[in-house]
Amino acid sequence: MSAQTVFAPWTDPNEKPLIRFQGVTKRFGDFTAVDSIDLDIYAREFFALLGPSGCGKTTLMRMLAGFETPTEGTIWLDGQDVAPIPPNKRSTNMMFQSYALFPHLSVRENIAFGLKREGKSKDEIHARVEEMLRLVQLQKFAARKPHQISGGQRQRVALARSLAKAPKLLLLDEPLGALDKKLREETQFELMDIQEKTGTTFVIVTHDQEEAMTVASRVAVMDAGQLKQVATPPQIYENPNSVYVADFIGEVTILEGTARKDGEVYALDWAEGQPPILIRSALDLPDGSRGYVAVRPEKVEIHHEKPEDDNVLRGKIIDIGYLGNLSTYHVELANGQIIRAQNFNTERSTRQTFTWEDEVWVNFTTACGVLLES
Amino acid sequence: MRRFALIIVPYLWLVALFLVPFIIVLKISLSDYAVSIPPYTPLLDFSAGWEGLKRFFSQLDFDNFLFLTTDDLYWKAYLSSLKIAVVATFLTLLVGFPIAYGMAKAEESWRPMLLMLVILPFWTSFLIRVYSWMGILSQDGYLNQLLLAVGLISEPLRILNTNTAVYIGIVYTYLPFMVLPIYATLEKLDGSLLEAAEDLGCSRTSAFWLVTIPLSIPGIVAGCFLVFIPTIGEFVIPSLLGGSETLMIGKVLWDEFFSNRDWPLASAVAVILLLILVIPIVLFQRNEQKQREAEG
Repeated sequence: MSAQTVFAPWTDPNEKPLIRFQGVTKRFGDFTAVDSIDLDIYAREFFALLGPSGCGKTTLMRMLAGFETPTEGTIWLDGQDVAPIPPNKRSTNMMFQSYALFPHLSVRENIAFGLKREGKSKDEIHARVEEMLRLVQLQKFAARKPHQISGGQRQRVALARSLAKAPKLLLLDEPLGALDKKLREETQFELMDIQEKTGTTFVIVTHDQEEAMTVASRVAVMDAGQLKQVATPPQIYENPNSVYVADFIGEVTILEGTARKDGEVYALDWAEGQPPILIRSALDLPDGSRGYVAVRPEKVEIHHEKPEDDNVLRGKIIDIGYLGNLSTYHVELANGQIIRAQNFNTERSTRQTFTWEDEVWVNFTTACGVLLES
Repeated sequence: MRRFALIIVPYLWLVALFLVPFIIVLKISLSDYAVSIPPYTPLLDFSAGWEGLKRFFSQLDFDNFLFLTTDDLYWKAYLSSLKIAVVATFLTLLVGFPIAYGMAKAEESWRPMLLMLVILPFWTSFLIRVYSWMGILSQDGYLNQLLLAVGLISEPLRILNTNTAVYIGIVYTYLPFMVLPIYATLEKLDGSLLEAAEDLGCSRTSAFWLVTIPLSIPGIVAGCFLVFIPTIGEFVIPSLLGGSETLMIGKVLWDEFFSNRDWPLASAVAVILLLILVIPIVLFQRNEQKQREAEG
C-alpha cells in the first residue's frame, strides 16, 4: 500500500501561495486592528483565523474581501496586488455572519444573484443554481423566501450563494455561530465535505477553537492584531509556542517556575520543598530563567497509590466534572495551584473511583508537558 | 370578558368619531336644500311617532348625487384633485427619499437631531407656514427678489396663485409624512446586505437599485399613502397658494358649504370623496399588514 501524499503545501518551498499578506497593518484611528501581519495561505487550504473577539481576525478577512483597505502593506491574491480591485471585481466571495440573505428574493433568486451580475445566459444560470441547490440539499426549498426556512437552511443558502460564482477563495465569517451545538457539529463536517468536493480555498473566521480544530488544515491563532501561531491543529494543540496559545486552545494547566538544564531534560522548580518537574524540550533556556510547563488534562494520570514515574505530584481532589465519557478532576497541589487531570470512564459503573477530598497522586511523563518561555 | 372590554374601547371610539358623523353626513346628503335652520329638510321628528319616521325616510333621495353628474364642475374637480394629489405625492417622494436616505446613512449620533429637524416645522401653526409661503412666492416675494438679484431672471416669475405654488405648498407640508416611514425602513436595512450585493458583483449603484430600493418599498408605499390621502381633500393650500386654474374638490366642498349654504350637496360631495379615498386606505392597510407579516 502506497502512502497517501499528505496535503501540506506550506511545507513545500516551491509552492506558490494563493494569498500572501505582506506586512499588512490596519488602523482605525488610534486603534491598530491588524498589526504588520505576514501570512501565506495556499490553494485548496481550509484555513482558520482563530481568536477572541476584537483580535483583528474579521478585519483581516474583510481586507481580503475588499471591504477594508490595509493602512500599510500589500495583500497578494494569486500573484496580484488586490489593493486597487473593488470588492465586486474580486474573485473572492464571502459568507456573512448574519448570512445577509436578500429577504425580498427567494432561495433560488438569492443563489442566482451573483450569477446574474456576470451576465451569463439563462440556461447557464439555471443549471448552476440547480447544481448549488443539490450541493446543499435545498431543492425542495428553492421557491421559499429566507424568512420561511430554518436557521440551518438559511446557513446553507448563504453557503450556496457564495459558492455559486465558483470563487478562487471563499471567506466564511463565523459561518456556524448562529446554529445550535448539534447542528453546528454536523455542519462542520458538511463544510469540509463541500470544501473537498469543490476544491475551493476556504478561509474561515471563528472564535470557537473546537470548530477551527475540526475543519481547518491550518489554524492561525490571533491576539491583539498579531498572529501568535500558524500551524496545523495537532501542532497547535500539542506544541503551542506560547502560554497564550496553550491557554487559548483546549484545557490546560500551566505551572510556573525557574528552569535549569538537567542532563537531557529541563528541571522546573515550581514550588518550595517539592521535587522539580522534569520536561523534555528543544528550547534553549539559560539556567535560572522563568519557564512555564503547560500540560493537557488528558495527559495527567491520577492514582490512589504513588506510582513509580517522573513528575509525581501529591494533591487533593477539590472538584470533579463528570461528562459521561470522561471525568475531569481538579487537584490542588502543595502550593495551592490546581492541576487538571482527566480519566476516561471506560468501565460502566456509577460508583466513582475518586471522590472529593481524596488525597491522590497525579503524574505526567517528561514528554507530555510543553516547556514555554515567558 | 376582560378581553372583550379591551377590544370594545377602540370600536366605541370608531363608532363615536367616525361612524356616527358619517351617518349624519350621509343623511344630510340624502336630504333636500331648504331655506331654514338647519338648511335642509326633512328633519327627524320623533314626536310624530311611527308615521313621522315613515314620512322622514320617504323624503330622502339621491337627487344630490344625480346633480353631481349633471354639472361637469364636480367630476372635473375630482379628477383634477386626483391628478394634483398623484403629481404632488410623486414630487414629495422625489424630495423625501434622498432626505430619508441621507438621514439613515448619517452618523448614528446625528440621527436623533436630524429626526428632530424633520419634525420641527410642526411646532409652528400649519396656517402660518402656508401664509409665509405666500410671502416667499409672491411677485415681489423673497424668491423673486433672490432670483432677480442673482441675475437668473430679469422679470419676476408668477408662481403664487398657480398650480406650481400648490405643489410647492403640498410638498413642503407633507414632506415629513414621506420622510419618516422611508427613514424607518432604510434605518433598519442591514448594511451587510449591501456588502453581500457588492461581494456578489454589484456596483454601488446597482446594489442601491437591487437591494436598497426593493427593501424600502414598504416605507415608500406607506409614505405615498400618507401624503396622497390627505392631499386629495386638501383645502387650505389650494385656496391660499392656488389660483383660478387650481380646481380641487376640497375647495368645491368649501364653496358649496359656506358660500352656497347647500349643505346637502356639500355632503354628497364629501360622501363621494370618502368613497374615493376608501380604496387607497384599504390598500394602505394591506401594505402595512403585509409588512408586519414579512417581519413576523
